[in-house]
Amino acid sequence: MIAYNTGVVLAGASFLGASSGLIGAFALLRRRALLGDTLAHAALPGLCLGFLAWGERSLPVMLAGALASGVAGIAVVAVLRRFTRIKDDAALGIVLSLFFGAGLALLKYIQTHAVGGSRAGLDHYIFGSAASMIAGDVKLIASVALVGLAAVVLLYKEFRLVTFDAPFARVQGWPASLLDFLIMLLVSVTVIVALPAAGVVLTAALLILPAAAARFCTEWLSAMLVLSALFGALAGASGTMLSAGGGMPTGPMIVLAGATIFLSAMCFAPRRGILARALADRRLRRRIDDQKTFLAFQRLRVPAGAAGMTFDALRSEVTFSPGRLRRALHRGEREGLLVGDGATWKLTEDGHRRVASLARAQRLWRAFLVEYPDLASTFADLDMERIDEVLPTEMVAELEKI
Amino acid sequence: MSTVQGTGSELPGADAVAVGKTPSAARQATSDPAPPVLDIHDMTVAYHRRPVLWDVDLTIERPSLVGIVGPNGAGKSTLIKAVLGLVPLASGKVQLFGQPAARQRQLVGYVPQRESVDWDFPVSVLDVVLMGTYGRLGWFRRPGRAEREWAMECLRHVGLADFARRQIGQLSGGQQQRTFLARALAQRAEIYFMDEPMAGVDAATERVIFSLLRELRESGKTVLVVHHDLRTVPVYFDQVALLNMRLVAFGPTQQIFTNDNLRKTYGGRLDILEAAGQALADERRSV
Repeated sequence: MIAYNTGVVLAGASFLGASSGLIGAFALLRRRALLGDTLAHAALPGLCLGFLAWGERSLPVMLAGALASGVAGIAVVAVLRRFTRIKDDAALGIVLSLFFGAGLALLKYIQTHAVGGSRAGLDHYIFGSAASMIAGDVKLIASVALVGLAAVVLLYKEFRLVTFDAPFARVQGWPASLLDFLIMLLVSVTVIVALPAAGVVLTAALLILPAAAARFCTEWLSAMLVLSALFGALAGASGTMLSAGGGMPTGPMIVLAGATIFLSAMCFAPRRGILARALADRRLRRRIDDQKTFLAFQRLRVPAGAAGMTFDALRSEVTFSPGRLRRALHRGEREGLLVGDGATWKLTEDGHRRVASLARAQRLWRAFLVEYPDLASTFADLDMERIDEVLPTEMVAELEKI
Repeated sequence: MSTVQGTGSELPGADAVAVGKTPSAARQATSDPAPPVLDIHDMTVAYHRRPVLWDVDLTIERPSLVGIVGPNGAGKSTLIKAVLGLVPLASGKVQLFGQPAARQRQLVGYVPQRESVDWDFPVSVLDVVLMGTYGRLGWFRRPGRAEREWAMECLRHVGLADFARRQIGQLSGGQQQRTFLARALAQRAEIYFMDEPMAGVDAATERVIFSLLRELRESGKTVLVVHHDLRTVPVYFDQVALLNMRLVAFGPTQQIFTNDNLRKTYGGRLDILEAAGQALADERRSV
């Protein structure tokens, strides 16, 4: 049984993660992820000014201040980029450090000068504290998440177009700048409501990590959005649990949870993950080793009277290492294509068939490259033995005649 | 393999182009002279307060294939981007079919440079081609079956039907270029702007583009192509615009593509001129 308070905090953190993941996917694809980081840091002075103006802690006022100064920071970035020769990264760095520094100074000022107990806990905004979340905060977070979701569902086609190819969108008559602005507005609002829980320093990680992890797992935008939201919710919820258990600030714990998800996806994602790629590379190398080994049998021919081909004879025919040759021979034995006694090997009947099919594929590919040189980049897959699956039947028939 | 070479059927749906009445068609009905396809008047474009195009006047009266050539940095891409409203004009005006270009979005097809997008973006080839139909769909509506079938037809036309479900990063450079061509076809435009479509593509893709250009002209479309290979200009284009920050010459390729004009455009770089002159002579002999 989860205590009511813990339930509130968990729900809030999950919504937070889900909406950051969803919106973060567009930010990442639009190459605007660092803009979210700058925005979060630039929000701190506004947060403090909101506190000073109101005289006590009021979340809506402080978040309004945070949004105002965050957006002001982004506007300064845009101005620097447009009217000076300062490049993107420098502009982002300047604005981020300047606004964050000002925010820290204001924070110090409040802590020494402001009266009343309400000033306590303001420094939680630096690293985040989800523990103090109340039901009202969760409602705010949930409504922002829902607005984000509704916008993405409704404008999926438009967002996808403008994120992929904004100039093309403009040529078609879409207000690309407005759509871009809408995406940035969603990013801003998502970042701002995440600030109290995740902290100005680390909120951007919630935008980036789930989206980057999701990109490893899929090739399709719709699936990426769903996964990114799920990963975000998972990072938010588990980070909050970790922070509640160990008395640690929430932001770093959420980031650690998110980073764990990201690293897992990077290593273990099917197809795009590091492991999957390494395995695919190894499969390809083995297939090529096997093919070259079998073709060596065909070229050399077993001398009359000999039990089979010696290892040294085969070795002189292939360019790869003796270890790889030995493994290729073992694989051939396991598949029933070769028989060997440890010193010599020869082809079985299945082995002869395999060599014939390999030789045919090689011959046809060679003919294909001569007959259709301009199609080579589109179709040629020279280690592909089943050439009939790659090229049209009529073309294979034609190549057979050559 | 006719699909791969794209020389098979006529342009998909050429007879059923759903543009309704183009302005030119409407004018012809009332026996007014048709307005020019494209009318650029006094166009000057500047990047970072440095003019890159200066006083360009260019009128394409009738539908045709137009090559835009000139040295590097001559403003070739800028010219079409300015017409499309992608870069602001410092001065001048642009009309398409007698109307300001901004009001004729439905009549415009665009093939940007291949490097202008991130090919690792998580979409399929078919998704990208479907983007060509978004302009007519309008806000909020999703592409349906009709759009899908139309997009597949455009893909077939560039020989990529078998690749529809692939993620776009898994294509070769030439296939990516053909994906962009199919997307432009899906726009059902009257005038197409292509930014260096033949840069760095394989021979198969170049053939697809060449036959596509011919078919577009036969169905009464206009195509402006930023082109870099002077040797193929006389083969590909009815008209040629020689550009070097200002318009050096514009008109029928046979009259305009002369050594004299080329020297005005490229300066005295004889190796280029000789190759181009040779190409023109070959073309004249074959006509």
